[in-house]
Amino acid sequence: MSAAHDDHHHGPAKGLSRWLYTTNHKDIGTLYLWFSFAMFLLGGTFAMVIRAELFQPGLQLVDPNFFNQMTTMHGLVMVFGAVMPAFVGLANWLIPMMIGAPDMALPRMNNWSFWILPFAFAMLSSTLLMDAGAPNFGWTFYAPLSTTYAPETVTFFIFAVHLMGASSIMGSINIIATVLNMRAPGMTMMKMPLFVWTWLITAYLLLAVMPVLAGVVTMMLFDVHFGTSFFNAAGGGDPVLFQHVFWFFGHPEVYIMILPAFGVISAIIPTFARKRLFGYDSMVYASASIAFLSFIVWAHHMFTVGMPIAGELFFMYATMLIAVPTGVKVFNWTATMFRGSMTFETPMLFAIAFVVLFTMGGFTGLMLAITPADFQYHDTYFVVAHFHYVLVPGSVFSIMAAAYYWMPKWTGHMYDERLGKLHFWMSFIGINVLFFPQHFLGLAGMPRRVPDYALQFADFNWISSIGGFMFGASQLILLVVVIKCIKGGPKATAQVWEGAQGLEWTLESPAPYHTFTTPPDPKLIHAQ
Amino acid sequence: MASAGSHETYYVPEQTRLPFFASIGLILTIFGLGNVLNNIRASESSSFSTLIAVTGFLLLSFILFQWFSTVIRENHAGMNSDQLKRSYVWGMAWFIFSEVMFFAAFFGALFYVRNFAVPWLSGEGGKGPTGELLWPEFQAVWPVIENPNAAIFEGPHESMAVHEWSLAFFAKYLPFWNTLILLTSSVTVHFAHTALKASNRKGLIQWLSVTVALGLLFLTLQVIEYTEAYGHYGLTLDSGIYGSTFFLLTGFHGFHVTLGTFMLSVMLARAIKGHFKPDDHFGFEAASWYWHFVDVVWVGLFFFVYLL
Repeated sequence: MSAAHDDHHHGPAKGLSRWLYTTNHKDIGTLYLWFSFAMFLLGGTFAMVIRAELFQPGLQLVDPNFFNQMTTMHGLVMVFGAVMPAFVGLANWLIPMMIGAPDMALPRMNNWSFWILPFAFAMLSSTLLMDAGAPNFGWTFYAPLSTTYAPETVTFFIFAVHLMGASSIMGSINIIATVLNMRAPGMTMMKMPLFVWTWLITAYLLLAVMPVLAGVVTMMLFDVHFGTSFFNAAGGGDPVLFQHVFWFFGHPEVYIMILPAFGVISAIIPTFARKRLFGYDSMVYASASIAFLSFIVWAHHMFTVGMPIAGELFFMYATMLIAVPTGVKVFNWTATMFRGSMTFETPMLFAIAFVVLFTMGGFTGLMLAITPADFQYHDTYFVVAHFHYVLVPGSVFSIMAAAYYWMPKWTGHMYDERLGKLHFWMSFIGINVLFFPQHFLGLAGMPRRVPDYALQFADFNWISSIGGFMFGASQLILLVVVIKCIKGGPKATAQVWEGAQGLEWTLESPAPYHTFTTPPDPKLIHAQ
Repeated sequence: MASAGSHETYYVPEQTRLPFFASIGLILTIFGLGNVLNNIRASESSSFSTLIAVTGFLLLSFILFQWFSTVIRENHAGMNSDQLKRSYVWGMAWFIFSEVMFFAAFFGALFYVRNFAVPWLSGEGGKGPTGELLWPEFQAVWPVIENPNAAIFEGPHESMAVHEWSLAFFAKYLPFWNTLILLTSSVTVHFAHTALKASNRKGLIQWLSVTVALGLLFLTLQVIEYTEAYGHYGLTLDSGIYGSTFFLLTGFHGFHVTLGTFMLSVMLARAIKGHFKPDDHFGFEAASWYWHFVDVVWVGLFFFVYLL
């Protein structure tokens, strides 16, 4: 089936230079995925410090300032270092193979997009070792905490964000050029796998909002170092302006972290239900609608800031609208499973858990969207529980599902199914023990970002911490599974999964270093 | 999308050292710059940080020069298929879109401050009494000349906005002349393009030189304007929200004009060297797109920062 195999092909270069100088989309995908895993463990370590401190009321392990540095760095590392690069890694590995392209459109820039990241995160993490300490103003870095009252390391934080933005912008340009320009003959837009579609839409979101993020941190930079007063009312500015510009970036950002996940789940569920995806077209339109709506809902993050009532109402109703296209998606996934011949390999377990738990996160999102109710929930653990439900069993579970699903294609070996299932169940139980009680904590009034709390919150907090340690430890299983799978294991076939559809499954496993140097036979695409 | 059967091989470059070393140049520049800023703020010596930043910047510039040379060489060697060329076109187009969004953040900030933040500070619409309690004297006018707290943020004596709608005023109004200069330069760069498509190299070089000269003239006038602002108007970065929005909007625009002028000068040098063919000159087109973009942003600036 390897239509894309001719002999003048070189394999990878030897040694370290392969990884430093590569232009190969598969190598760069691998780099992104390992980088993301490293950041996941780093950000996870910060989370373990947080949960250890919160295990009991009172201050035991760290002082409050360091606790704030941990919450800040945990958020930044997980959002910009773990989740986003993981999806870019998946895009690199999969998009060219899915659309029958020889590589990404701009392979050298692709390498640059990646190699900026390790340096940016090295700079950001190095602030932990500086005298002034790491940024301590929360991952949302609200002014004036991040301007007037910031530690001097805020400068490195700002520049790190600029670098991550540059990396994301180059990455998205590459993905857009690849999808629009590199599709094999016969691969029309409405034949593209949903993962490609969702990534195309995500790339547009990134292009539209990463520059705005760069703009807002630039305003901070000038407020801190050059005496401007964007976020200082004494000079006629407004700290609330910061929140508006930040969330204009921030809300599309959360969809940047979930849309590719939708694409992954839309690939996995049909495979293990052995049915075609229900409602392909509506999935495409729903993704596009979600992307559009993401630009007009940002102020639901700041209902309590003192907006005019018209603003509160507009942002409340616009936010609730998002439930419609999201509901379409959940309906379609469920309908795909309905009367399917389902089996429950690890990727499918993660995918089903995604559908159930992400939906729960969506429901709490609806609760938060109701302005008057939000006055009660705002800045409590209820919000923490909400966004962790959409990000961890949402985005992160989908990344894990994708890793298990495509790992045989990447390595040429089947992973250890027993360990995979163990990893899933440990993660599934861990995550719910970790985050479910946080709903109750929030409703009872426990504020977020505090190192100490009133005694009535003690029980749910120790339960939550136990879940956290369990979830954290079980990620080491994933590390073992991945290493074992790279080293060996049962040989994977080209098809790997009985019900899998798509061009990547017509290639042998592991996928050759160069694939589709000449485009695949259009008949292959029509057969899909 | 290429149609079936007419597929040339898409050139995928072998491994390259360029991006990795570009990353090293970039991080040295940025890390050095961060340290310079922090040193200045802490009143420490910044000579070592400056050295790091300059070294990084030189490395980055050298690598980018190599990188662009490589791309040009490949194109001259005929390695780029039509499909590959389209990738560069898409790349540049969406890069410009991201630049538009960068400016949108600053225009958005200006809009918010003028329409909401400043009026609310003077108590308009009963949006909470904080501003009124802290600074009861504050009057909402745009441009803000009297800042809420003049002890921290001393306001400018005068703004750069249009004071009177008369011919005599506009005749001496630098932003007005700058608008004419940039609009003209957009036309001249288009003439250069037309000449290039007609294989008229002399015309290309002449019109491109005029465009670069206009770009430099614009920048000179802007330097004069800034000197005036600092020297005579008391309008500075730290003179409150009007100075903040004014300098960041016009400053980032000026920075982009500098970049655009640099790009066009490179294209001029390449034109003199004999690069570009009537049907193959995307390097030139990309630079001219960028120039038109800079022009459009200026028109927005002229309206929202100076006129209205």
